[in-house]
Amino acid sequence: MEFPESNERRKKLGQAIMFGLSRGISYGIVALLFLILFFIVKQGIGVINWEFLTAMPTDGMTKGGIWPAIVGTVYLVLGSMLFAFPVGVMAGIYVNEYAVAGPVKRFVKMMTNNLAGVPSIIFGLFGMALFVNQMGFGASILAGSLTLGLLALPIVIRTTEEALKSVDDTFRQASYALGGSKLYTIRKVVLPIALPNILTGLILAVGRVSGETAPILFTVAAYFLPKLPSSIMDQAMALPYHLYVISTSGTQIEASRPMAYGTAFVLVVIVLIVNIAAALLRNYFGKKVKMN
Amino acid sequence: MANKLETIDVHLHYGEFHALKGISLAIPDHSVTALIGPSGCGKSTYLRLFNRMNDLIPYTKITGQVLMDGEDIYKIKSSKIDHLRRTVGMVFQKPNPFPKSIFENVAYGLRVNGISDNSFIENQVEKTLRQAALWEEVKDKLKKSAFELSGGQQQRLCIARALAIEPTVILMDEPASALDPISTGKIEDLIFELKDQYTIIIVTHNMQQAGRVSDYTGFFYLGNLIEFDKTKKIFTNPSKQETENYITGRFG
Repeated sequence: MEFPESNERRKKLGQAIMFGLSRGISYGIVALLFLILFFIVKQGIGVINWEFLTAMPTDGMTKGGIWPAIVGTVYLVLGSMLFAFPVGVMAGIYVNEYAVAGPVKRFVKMMTNNLAGVPSIIFGLFGMALFVNQMGFGASILAGSLTLGLLALPIVIRTTEEALKSVDDTFRQASYALGGSKLYTIRKVVLPIALPNILTGLILAVGRVSGETAPILFTVAAYFLPKLPSSIMDQAMALPYHLYVISTSGTQIEASRPMAYGTAFVLVVIVLIVNIAAALLRNYFGKKVKMN
Repeated sequence: MANKLETIDVHLHYGEFHALKGISLAIPDHSVTALIGPSGCGKSTYLRLFNRMNDLIPYTKITGQVLMDGEDIYKIKSSKIDHLRRTVGMVFQKPNPFPKSIFENVAYGLRVNGISDNSFIENQVEKTLRQAALWEEVKDKLKKSAFELSGGQQQRLCIARALAIEPTVILMDEPASALDPISTGKIEDLIFELKDQYTIIIVTHNMQQAGRVSDYTGFFYLGNLIEFDKTKKIFTNPSKQETENYITGRFG
């Protein structure tokens, strides 16, 4: 049988176009990311100095530093993770290890996914209604952390669930076959194997939480505070909200422009540091439980 | 010889699928019984009756009697299942040591069951690793990860892990199917060594292996036990045509 030569050429051409296109797009995305980073670094690096990082804002937030916003963001990230991590991991364990396949499990999973899709401003409103007003926490680090924690919850649940799902069933069976209870098996075998991937969920959640503005708007964020928060019932400043404030509603927006870029720079660097730290942590645990 | 294990008219359904169709079989104490048959014939399912591992699969329905030392192990309280599994060790198809040290793998079954006396655990780990013919190879690296061992060593480690809690029955689900011939030979030697003290049931796809290691052989086909007899009889003069066809490689 004779196969037409033209078909071969067409196949080759099609391959080349598709390959070139997808490669171009993925390179483009990387380039875009670098462009954003470059822009922020170029605009922001000029104002970064020791004073900017460690001083209080002065002169209507056109001078001085962003120390209280850094502190506030760190508190909020820690507080929200303190809430979301244990709760999310436990929910993930329930869904993957305990819930029996059926309508209840499907419903829980569906609702978790829906929760992830709720706009963050809705979380903010809900947090205000529940934590600030109903529970009487007022606008405080506690209320803000819980609200941000709720936002992070679906991410933690989903990644925990996926991490547990990827643990080979023969490990569980081997433990059961030795007389291990379900709880013992989860604690001693399943969780240690899944831990590196669960930590990935934590990284994602920290990244998400540290950059959110809407959920903290009504629950914790202060326009300006003359001093650092002294308890979890205090309001706090936060980097994303500070950025928003000095870019839109400061008294002298043009004068505080460099401060805004500096703030953006610091926010990006903090997220980067958290990501790297968590990735190192993940690598460390990953080595300890290395699979063959 | 007394019968260690016995099933009487056992039927097992996975949902709509009728996996075991009335299996009645008595397995003598201190012997090796091989279960053979084509994939999907029910031999692994049958094996897992004895430590109730089938219970873990949803929509499983079991009828009939499964006796161990004369007691129906499906009549015991669910809180006693852990106890049952302690007396019935299991070795899986793929070596599946835990991501822990060699020592902790063997110690796992002891710790699970509440033993915390460290000198006892140390003694037991050494004794069991010797029993599994692995001690000489690992005695200097007990703290190393079990994943640093070869596949064959890992499987012997898994056997040691099962032996550590001193079961009376050992179930082996194609324990050598993922191993090279030399490792397979070592596992088979080990099975031979162990049968004085344990009752062993081994599922295998390898006819020669069944012939080499077992005293009794059961041939399963489509959820039925076609024939059960002394291994010698099965391999030289089977009474059923299907059995002869299978072991001579004419189907399956």
